[in-house]
Amino acid sequence: MKKLALLLVLLMVLPLAACGPAATTPPAAQPTTAPAVKELTIMWAQWDPADYLQKIGQLYEQETGIKVTVIQEPWGSFYNRVAAEWAAHGTAFDMVVGDSQWLGQAATQGHYLELTDFLKSEGIDKTVTEATLTYYGEYPTGSGRYWAYPTEGDAVGWAYRKDLFENPEEKAAFKAKYGYDLDVPKTWEQLYQIAEFFTRPDKGLYGVAIYTQKDYDGITMGFENVFFSWGADWKDPKTNEVKGWVNSPQAVEALEFYRKLYAFAPPGSSNDFFAECNNHFTAGEVAMAMNYFAFFPALSNPATNPYASVTGFFAVPAGPTGQRFAALGGQGLSINAYISPERQEAAKNFIRWFAREDIQRKWAEFGGYTCNKAVLASDAFLKAQPYNPAFADTMQVVKDFWNVPVYGQLLEVVQRELQAYVVGGQGTAKEVLDRIAEEHDKILRQAGLIK
Amino acid sequence: MALWSATQSVGSDRSARTGIRRRQLSDRAIQWLFIAPTLILLVAMNIFPLFYSLFLSFTNYSAISAAAPVWVGLGNYQHILSDKQLWTYFATTGRYAVAAVGLETLLGFGLAMLLREKFRASGFITTLILVPMMLSPVVVGLFWKLIFNPQSGIFNYLLGFAAGQGPDWLKDPKLALWAVVIVDVWMWAPFVMLLCLSGLNAIPEYLYEAAVIDRASPWFQFWRITLPQVAPLLLIAVLFRTIEAFKAFDLVMGLTGGGPGDATELIAVNLYRIAFPPQFQTGLGSALAYIILVLIVAISNLYIRSLSRIRGEV
Repeated sequence: MKKLALLLVLLMVLPLAACGPAATTPPAAQPTTAPAVKELTIMWAQWDPADYLQKIGQLYEQETGIKVTVIQEPWGSFYNRVAAEWAAHGTAFDMVVGDSQWLGQAATQGHYLELTDFLKSEGIDKTVTEATLTYYGEYPTGSGRYWAYPTEGDAVGWAYRKDLFENPEEKAAFKAKYGYDLDVPKTWEQLYQIAEFFTRPDKGLYGVAIYTQKDYDGITMGFENVFFSWGADWKDPKTNEVKGWVNSPQAVEALEFYRKLYAFAPPGSSNDFFAECNNHFTAGEVAMAMNYFAFFPALSNPATNPYASVTGFFAVPAGPTGQRFAALGGQGLSINAYISPERQEAAKNFIRWFAREDIQRKWAEFGGYTCNKAVLASDAFLKAQPYNPAFADTMQVVKDFWNVPVYGQLLEVVQRELQAYVVGGQGTAKEVLDRIAEEHDKILRQAGLIK
Repeated sequence: MALWSATQSVGSDRSARTGIRRRQLSDRAIQWLFIAPTLILLVAMNIFPLFYSLFLSFTNYSAISAAAPVWVGLGNYQHILSDKQLWTYFATTGRYAVAAVGLETLLGFGLAMLLREKFRASGFITTLILVPMMLSPVVVGLFWKLIFNPQSGIFNYLLGFAAGQGPDWLKDPKLALWAVVIVDVWMWAPFVMLLCLSGLNAIPEYLYEAAVIDRASPWFQFWRITLPQVAPLLLIAVLFRTIEAFKAFDLVMGLTGGGPGDATELIAVNLYRIAFPPQFQTGLGSALAYIILVLIVAISNLYIRSLSRIRGEV
């Protein structure tokens, strides 16, 4: 009985004891030396840059004692895994390096923490190139509201065979045929002529490897380089109107051009994306290959490319009016809105540290594609890898597809129609783009994005 | 001795109590105990998702959205049934099912007739023929992509074309669906053959002996004995393959990705695009899945009626 009475007294006193000091101690008096959050998790796709980010995480741990774990999910299930966490308001990760196209959905549905004030007040927004901040971080486009820190810059560039381009006999034959020197193409027209010149089916050599894949966004990402460089766009930037934009005369010309270019791709290129383009190049089947910069390390590595020593890289060429745009890849680092305020603060601390120029320099050294302006312009970066100058150049001219919540529906229409025309040779460019404009208009009106 | 008797008494006491407990469980309770785990699994993994997805098909739910499902009534069904593009995919699936299942039936039955006769190494050859159906459809799709390559693939070479001169099967919208059919037939005709072979081996020999005595021609024997006897198993094979044709996904994704354009976009492939990344229209996807389900059930019913008629049950 005595024991029971003692227990009751203890139960009554303990909560009081627990509440008392906390209520009287001001927050500033709490110890700040030991961080409350001991570890952070970052979700990303399974690929080399995620390994580089893990190395960055180790540096952070050495400096702060906070362990950073990069969870890697295979590309095929990456979006599913993240989306499942969003749906469940899950806290399995503190930060995610998400695709630029997810921004609209994640921002409007509250999955990402808004970083506008944080990035601006810390001056982080000024450290990265304008285009990357816009396409990796901003939603809605032009609103000045940011949801991600541009982390892994990426865009479409080109690899070419220097041994073919610099061969004196080839140079002489090219000059005799086209009247100018064979060199890295400055315009799409030159690229077309070089592709035509090197297309020699009897020798198993073709001009180009380009994106043609129907699944997800393959052919759209390939076509966009031409589409934007021709001066076309997916929408009126102010009203979101698509009719007259998607099917503008420039867009029609650009699509006709992309189809003409496909004629110089190797046989069996009807469903090519990044893996297939690299395969054509390493098999010695093509003189030039389009691909995301993220896949170029494999082309400059002799273990994976027998032509590595004679492989050069160049940025996207200019269209007929001199405009030059590259389709955007890459991702930004966002904070999961469902984690506790304490963890959100810890995640911001990590981003603040990661955005530092010296850390971005390390990030680039490890192999990450930094978006930091100063690092991109530095000599050390430009000389570090053969593709870095082209990358630094490209990061100034990137442009992206829609990033609204219904981007998946918009993308499906473009993928289907472009592939039918470019690969299947069905219909005319005008018909195809008219159909895309019509369907996009319908989808956007249903989603309330066109008034 | 005392210890032994004490142990004995404790032991008998325990068994008596267990006996009482056992007696307390009725036969019906024991039946339920055995059935319950299966039932729970069935309800959790099949019945609940079935009805939940039916509910979702009347909503605008998206699996990646934080928003709760909003009731839209028959909106999703209306959208699907009035969408010309989806009807194109249904038509493509129908063409694919007829061509693939038809060819598989003819080829599978023909192979079974040939392998019915025992010859040297016939067992080994039967096993070899069965290998394709044991492979992963995605892997099959990927290596047939190489086989169809007009420059380096062996398919055009076997048709008599020089390298680079033959058709590009996966690029030409008129040929791409046939390419998928050819690979599906290569992979699944052995399955039809296997079922037909077991049907053929089960036909009693005395039926043929009686037919020979009656001077029946080989054609008469085939038409009046072989075919009716094998028909039930043949129909089951056709039923399975038809259902599979409507669900065809992995082979197409590995081989053509649904292209060029929508030439090989089967309904299951498009269902994936609607229900999963990047669209995640779960409500619309559920409605489409139900329409496909109803279609498959209707076709299966036709087959089952034919089967019953053959068996003389109708």
